[in-house]
Amino acid sequence: MRQRKSIYHNIDWWLVIMYLLLVFMGLFSIYSAVYNPEHPSLFDRSQRYGSQFVWILTALVIALVILMIDMKFFTSFSYLIYGASMLLLVIVLLFGKEIAGSKSWIDIGGFSLQPAEFAKFATNLALARYLSGLHINLKKPKNVIIAATLLIIPLGLILLQNDTGSAIVYVAFILVLYREGFSGNFLILGFVIAVLFVFTLMVGKYLVLGIIVAITVVLFIITQKARKNLFTLFGMFAIIVAFVFSVDYAFENVLQTHQKTRIEVLLGKKTDIYGAGYNVNQSLIAIGSGGFSGKGFLQGTQTKYKFVPEQSTDFIFCTIGEEWGFIGSTLVIILFMIFLIRLLFVAERQRSAFSRIYGYGVASILFFHLAVNIGMTIGLAPVIGIPLPFFSYGGSSLWAFTVLLFIFIKMDSYRLELL
Amino acid sequence: MKPNFTKRKYVIISIFLVIGLVYIARLFYVQVYEDKYILSAQNNVVRKQIIYPSRGLIFDRKGSVLVANDVVYDLMIIPNQLKSIDTNRFCNLLSISKEDFVEYYTKARKYSPYKASLFLGQLPKNEFAYLQEVLYDFPGFYVQKRTLRRYPFPVAALNLGDVGKVNRRDLERDQYYSLADYIGKSGLEKHYEKELRGSKGAEYVMVDVFNRVKGSYKDGRFDTLAVQGKNLYTSLDLELQAYGEKLMHNKIGSIVAIEPSSGEILSLISSPTFDPALLVGRKRGENFYKLVKDSLKPLYNRALMATYPPGSTFKLINALVGLQEKAITTESKFSCNGPISTPIKCSHNHITPLSLVNGIQESCNPYFWETFKSILSNPKYKNTRESYVSWYNIVKSFGLGEKYNTDLMYESRGNIPTAEYFDKLYRGRWNSLTVRSLAIGQGEILTTLIQLANMTATIANRGFYYSPHLVRAIDKPENLTQLAMEKNQVLVDKRHFEKLIEGMEKVTQIGGTAHRAALDSIPVCGKTGTVQNPHGKDHSVFIAFAPKENPKIAIAVVVENAGDYGGTWAAPIASLMMEKYFYGEIKRKNKEKRILEADLIPR
Repeated sequence: MRQRKSIYHNIDWWLVIMYLLLVFMGLFSIYSAVYNPEHPSLFDRSQRYGSQFVWILTALVIALVILMIDMKFFTSFSYLIYGASMLLLVIVLLFGKEIAGSKSWIDIGGFSLQPAEFAKFATNLALARYLSGLHINLKKPKNVIIAATLLIIPLGLILLQNDTGSAIVYVAFILVLYREGFSGNFLILGFVIAVLFVFTLMVGKYLVLGIIVAITVVLFIITQKARKNLFTLFGMFAIIVAFVFSVDYAFENVLQTHQKTRIEVLLGKKTDIYGAGYNVNQSLIAIGSGGFSGKGFLQGTQTKYKFVPEQSTDFIFCTIGEEWGFIGSTLVIILFMIFLIRLLFVAERQRSAFSRIYGYGVASILFFHLAVNIGMTIGLAPVIGIPLPFFSYGGSSLWAFTVLLFIFIKMDSYRLELL
Repeated sequence: MKPNFTKRKYVIISIFLVIGLVYIARLFYVQVYEDKYILSAQNNVVRKQIIYPSRGLIFDRKGSVLVANDVVYDLMIIPNQLKSIDTNRFCNLLSISKEDFVEYYTKARKYSPYKASLFLGQLPKNEFAYLQEVLYDFPGFYVQKRTLRRYPFPVAALNLGDVGKVNRRDLERDQYYSLADYIGKSGLEKHYEKELRGSKGAEYVMVDVFNRVKGSYKDGRFDTLAVQGKNLYTSLDLELQAYGEKLMHNKIGSIVAIEPSSGEILSLISSPTFDPALLVGRKRGENFYKLVKDSLKPLYNRALMATYPPGSTFKLINALVGLQEKAITTESKFSCNGPISTPIKCSHNHITPLSLVNGIQESCNPYFWETFKSILSNPKYKNTRESYVSWYNIVKSFGLGEKYNTDLMYESRGNIPTAEYFDKLYRGRWNSLTVRSLAIGQGEILTTLIQLANMTATIANRGFYYSPHLVRAIDKPENLTQLAMEKNQVLVDKRHFEKLIEGMEKVTQIGGTAHRAALDSIPVCGKTGTVQNPHGKDHSVFIAFAPKENPKIAIAVVVENAGDYGGTWAAPIASLMMEKYFYGEIKRKNKEKRILEADLIPR
């Protein structure tokens, strides 16, 4: 064994700097979103920005602690951490307190914690541990089922908390599975299903069916391959038709009313700007009114005066859009993109499969949050209450993202010490 | 060995980048390409708050305030912001019924669920003070300050006019107004609306989603100040106006008093009248309805709108025309056969034959018939018709049968019949006998009381008048209006007035028809009139001016259906008015008592 180096040795400073940049941009956005002229100090603990500042400081301490922990802790105790985390999710279900219809908070000495946030890195650890096993092959159904089970347990538990947003995040791991050999057809299938779903709701099932029939007939006539595989062709045709019919049914009977209206509003089928569409409409107004260069720091009116709901948490991107305009919001997206690609780059340079898979997990989770959160504020995704990583107000999510990221940074700093 | 999927990283990076690019494109569309969000944002945040200027005050000629302003508070509602409130308590606070509440709420909601509209108007200060303490319990309601008219003295209601909410036509006619604004509805309030209203200011403030004011928009760059309404300085004499209204209590009729040298109206009284305060405040609609329904028509301005034959008062004009046309001289004598005179008999017992002075003093019908006949058979003219046209022109020059179009609202024109009218009526065959009623001011001739008052002022001035008007100055007392700057010269020479006025003076002396009109030390010149009324008892009319030289007041009084000739009721009323005007107090208490106690309303 080589001599133990400083904990800063081999750290990927790019990630750390971008992390700090995002976190502090988030802090200033929160400051601006809920700015209270009577408490102008950024460090005023009675205000959300003051609290967020404290959470950032504690998050940095947590990051430091993670960098000091022995790397082996995470590999060895992956399943244990996962298990503990699942237990926490069960405890929340039993003893948690309900906020806004979701039973996802747990009180620890006057301090509220959201275990679902921490389940993300725990699941990521467990999945990485499992998939890095030497004989694991995602072409084997058994392996796929076990991997899927690791994901479905937290997903299910969080769904039971009635926190749909946090549950859906686990869909992000499909990217990790794909990277590790899971068939790409599933990605395509997922995409096709999403397109069919949206189209069926938008234009009605009969038009969609007509288009499908037309495509099948055209395929049948023009491609020899299709005629040879008649069985496959008609099999797929039947499945798609069945799916289209089930979309209607599922939409009407499975989804809850508010989820239905959110989707309808998103698809432009409803324009009730004082009802379900209010959030998105106000969010678009805030971002749209920012124009090219924005209104300037603290000059946003839509967010500050609370026209935008949840302006410091789920809709924090509105403040960026309104005050920094197209330039600012594009810069934030570009910064996130560079951050994500850097994560993938760092993941790919890992010698251990465990670290690589974990890295992909980090990137996928962050990407999913980013895509859904910003997509929601600009009317491209349904309103699903998940935070914008590093920006949104809230201790649990900031800590969880910090832990998620810094475990990976820690792994990366060890990459050369593994054989 | 495990298969290598390294290349799949490119797929994943592509997915990231595609989403990133799509979002940036979308942001470009929303933030740079599309404008509507900027407008929506302003609509969200910027509220235009109207600052209402206070309406100009109205003063009398001595500086007493006739119309002042009171601050009241309009309770506004934003229906969307209404939370579940204690409706019972709220209704009790405002002393309205639950049905009212539902009605007002529904009306406001219908107008707009998220814009402010009037819930309950014109809360008095004490109610507001109490409400303000508890208003935080009732989200969705707020209070807007307004000014409301206040009348320190319950007089001159019809002259001053009233203020009410704008109607659809007002809104269409003038862009200045918006819903729930107030506008002058009648009288001076209507005529001088533009001066009195001032101009509204606007303050742009930013509000949050709960409509709470957060500060001024762009540091008030777009704010405009409210400009206060201009004050009106009227020529009305508050004390005289009030006294006249008091005298006319329980009588139907009117009094108009004019300062001859300026045409300024000192008092303009129509009876029965009402307290102008009735048409202010929340009971306005109810009171207005009552006034409309009143069989004595208090809203009808008799002084300006009621037309009567001028009766014997018109004999003065015929005398002046006769003198001017040289049809008679001051010394021409005509005999009177009393009740057997033809074609018009005389009911007065007096010497005969008589000249101009006695003719006026005794109001002798035969004398004026002869005068009129002489005018229409004047050898100066080819025929009766031409003589009549000349008579007509001179009569019209006194402002009779004309509107003055100054600041008097709803004047009636009255009527001086034209030659064409008689041509048509009598198919071209008519002469002085046919139209003889005109000799004594009866028949087709119709005048308003203000025209009689102005005629009196013209005689007092010996041949000219300034159009009667109510407002002397606008904004500042020295800022005189240009309303009646034009001197109207009548077509009778000054020298013809002296003898006439001598006769008028005799009217108020012992042996005259209106000795009741005399004042101890001030010579009063007057003329009685009895107006035959086909619908009931005769109207009592009296005109007068005083003093004889440098007249300060010209007055006309009509008491409808008084049943007696002018000297009985109208003359003493005019006399008391002049006493009040000259001395400020009434010494002849018995005379006053007789008038005050008289109830001459036909029932």
